Amino acid sequence: MSLYQVQKLLYNLNRDEQCKEQYTNDKMTLLRSYDLTDDEREALSQGDIGLLYVMGVNGQILMHYAAFLGIEWFDYLELMRKGITEHGPVRAGVYAMTGGGRSFTKEREIS
Amino acid sequence: MTLVYAGLTSHAPGMTGRAHMVENTNERDLLYAALDQQRQEIQDSGAEALIVVAAEHFANFFMDNMPAYCIGIGEYHVGPIEDPAWLKIEKTTIPGAPALAGAIAQEVLQSVDIAYAEEWKCDHGIMVPLHFLTPKYDLPIIPMNINCQGPPLTPLSRAWAFGEAVRRACDASSSKIALIGTGGISHWPATPDSGKINEAWDREFLDRLTRQDKAALLSYTDSETYQDAGQGGFEIRTHIAAAAAAGGPCHVQFYTANLPIFAVGCTVARFSVH
Repeated sequence: MSLYQVQKLLYNLNRDEQCKEQYTNDKMTLLRSYDLTDDEREALSQGDIGLLYVMGVNGQILMHYAAFLGIEWFDYLELMRKGITEHGPVRAGVYAMTGGGRSFTKEREIS
Repeated sequence: MTLVYAGLTSHAPGMTGRAHMVENTNERDLLYAALDQQRQEIQDSGAEALIVVAAEHFANFFMDNMPAYCIGIGEYHVGPIEDPAWLKIEKTTIPGAPALAGAIAQEVLQSVDIAYAEEWKCDHGIMVPLHFLTPKYDLPIIPMNINCQGPPLTPLSRAWAFGEAVRRACDASSSKIALIGTGGISHWPATPDSGKINEAWDREFLDRLTRQDKAALLSYTDSETYQDAGQGGFEIRTHIAAAAAAGGPCHVQFYTANLPIFAVGCTVARFSVH
C-alpha cells in the first residue's frame, strides 16, 4: 500500500489548478508520477470514492476530491457507504465509519 | 491591551454550500443572525486586523512537512481552494498584515516553536468564517493554523500555551487586534456519519469554556475525544487556544445541534478579554 502517495496526489490535485488541468487532460501521466499500486492507480483513474475511502484516504482530502469530480453531497456519502459494503471497513486513518451506515441528516429524506 | 475582541465560530462547508438544503430554516437563520452580530461586534471593536486560529484541511500543509503551529505572514492570502460552486464562495484575494503578523510570529517564538508562511491558501475552515465576519474581505487577516487533522497531534496543553503566546504578542503591539478561534466541537465530517453530533459532549465542553476551567479543558485525551466527539473533535484545540488568548470566560451567544446538514454543532461565542 502507498496510501501516502495516493493522498499526496489528491492533496496536490485539490489545491493546484495546473494539477487539476492535468488530471482532466492527461490523467495517466499525472498518475504515473506517483508511486502507486495498480489498485490505487485504478481507483484514482476511475474516481472510485468508495474504494479510496476504504483505503484510508483522509476524509477532508477525499471530500474535496469528490467535490472536484462534481459528485453531489448525498451521492458522495452513499458512495462511501457502498465502499464499506463492497470492500470492508476503513483500513487506515481516523475517518472510519462509526454509525453503522445510517444517515444522520434529516434533509436526506426531503432532498 | 491591544486584543480588542476574542470569539469562537464554527466552520463547515455546509454552512454556505448546503444552506439551500436546510430543512430547519428558522434555526439556520438564527445562526446567520448570530454570525452577523459577531461581525458587528468585531467591527465595533475597532479591530485593525483579525487573527483566525483555524484547523485547515490540507490547503497548505501535508504529511511531508506538517507543522503543529503555523502563522501566515504574507501580504495576501487566496481562497477558497474548493470549487466555488460547491462552497458557494467565490475565489478571492484577502489582505494580510505582514508587518504585524511578522512581529507577532517573532514574539510567539519566545515561547512556542511555530512555523511561518508567506503563502497561504484558505479552505472552508477560514473562508466560511470570513464569508460571514468580513464579507467584503477588507480587514487584514492573520491566519494561524493548528494541525488538528490527525495524529501525531499537538497536546491540548500546548494549544493553551500557543494561545497565551499569541496574547502576549498582541499585547506587545500597538495595533487593535481581534481574534477568532474556529473549529468544530464534536463532529464526524467527511465520513458517512456526517451530521452526527454529540450534543451533550458539546454542551459540556462549552460549559468548561464558560467556567474558564483550564484544568477541565485540558483533561480530554485524544482517544476519549475520538471516541466521544469524532475526529472532528480534535479541532477543540482552536477553541482552547482562543480561550487562553482571551484570558476571560466564554459567553455562548448561539449553539445548535439541529442543523445536521451542516455536519457540525454550530457555535457563536465571545470571550471576555482579561
